[in-house]
Amino acid sequence: MWQWFHKLGSPRWFYQISGKFLPWLAVACVVLIATGVVWGLAFAPQDARQGNSFRIIYIHVPASFLALAGYYVMAAAGAVGMIWKMKLADMVMVAAAPLGAALTFIALFTGAVWGKPTWGTYWIWDARITSMLVLLFLYIGIIALSRSFSTRETSARACAILALVGTVNIPIIYKSVDWWYTLHQPATIKLSGAPSMHPDMFKPLLVMILGFYCFYALVLLLNTRTEILLRERRTTWVKELAEGK
Amino acid sequence: MTTLSGAFFGVIHRDLSIAMRHRGDLLNPLFFFLIVVTLVPLGISPEPARLAAMAPGMIWISALLATLLALDNLFQADFADGSLVQMMLSPQPLWLLVLAKIIAHWLVSGLPVVLFAPLLGLMLSLPQAGFLPLLLGLVLGTAVFSLIGAVGAALTVALHKGSVLLSLVVMPLYVPVLIFGSSAVQRAVDGMSYGGVLAILAAVSAFTLLVAPFAAAGALKVGING
Repeated sequence: MWQWFHKLGSPRWFYQISGKFLPWLAVACVVLIATGVVWGLAFAPQDARQGNSFRIIYIHVPASFLALAGYYVMAAAGAVGMIWKMKLADMVMVAAAPLGAALTFIALFTGAVWGKPTWGTYWIWDARITSMLVLLFLYIGIIALSRSFSTRETSARACAILALVGTVNIPIIYKSVDWWYTLHQPATIKLSGAPSMHPDMFKPLLVMILGFYCFYALVLLLNTRTEILLRERRTTWVKELAEGK
Repeated sequence: MTTLSGAFFGVIHRDLSIAMRHRGDLLNPLFFFLIVVTLVPLGISPEPARLAAMAPGMIWISALLATLLALDNLFQADFADGSLVQMMLSPQPLWLLVLAKIIAHWLVSGLPVVLFAPLLGLMLSLPQAGFLPLLLGLVLGTAVFSLIGAVGAALTVALHKGSVLLSLVVMPLYVPVLIFGSSAVQRAVDGMSYGGVLAILAAVSAFTLLVAPFAAAGALKVGING
């Protein structure tokens, strides 16, 4: 039963298998995102109050989803790497950090762009925005740490510990920021609006979310494959691959 | 072989006596704390009403930065002279020795900051009601700062450019403590009850006390092999 698990731990096996998935994933990603973008930007009805500016939701919401999910992917991979000493999990962890940071940044940036026409300001210290910013700092800490070790193995182990400590902390951070926000809540702006979306608006969003999940998986695979090649560059199979045999 | 408690108190005693022989190092974070707080009225306004409004947050932020500054020498000197590796090789569990080091470090870096804070409260014209929650909150809060900081310090111990990296890694994790700590003071100033907020802070520090020594011990094993 554990055989697949041990196989999964072999970077070479993973590299070959993931190579077969890549084209399918890429096609799914392009189709879903293209459909979602065209549907959402051109065919979904205008919002009654926000007009066309609401359409940025089709980027903003999926990116925010994956920004947080990405942290848990990273921490889970780090935990697997630490507990079972699985090299591959370490590589996934290292590959997930910059990707998650980029998505967090996109979520914050699109949020700011969206905020200007909606609330008249690029930035407010709302609970969710602030939590997102702290999440970005957590990612930045991990990336900074991962860059400062001389060997990739140690760097992955160190980042795994930091990611796990961060994971334990995230619920506390989110709760505390929520609580902090209720203390200072400005009366005029309410972010938790959008009680129910019209199905015509919601369907393209769903497509975009699926598309972003495929995109995340695709980029994570590509990053991991690069990491595998970098770490295993001294092995014969990578050398053979590079020579095109 | 030394007993567990012997090793535990031995490490505390050793670290405290080393700290006592380098008194200058002890004072530096305190002066930093003092200077940062002095910059506030210079940078913003010496008007007591405005200062009082900012005092809880400013004192907490400066206390956070001061303890952060002191974190560097939690493991650094012991790593440089090799005694840290000896601790790792000793038969006693590493987390216990790490906990001893953290306690000693808090006694010489966190506690002075706590005791110094009322003076800075006076300088920033913090209202009377805020002093008690400031002291209680800082006792709990600086303990969490030292505990979480130990994980970061352990991860970066072998990297010679550790200092900025350490702050970058550790500061986001300090967010909850800062929020609860400064709002306990704020609530007291506003005449509301602050017991509940301090209780949450106490819960956070109890939880951190349970988890952080293990994480820091694991981090040391990784950090030193790097």
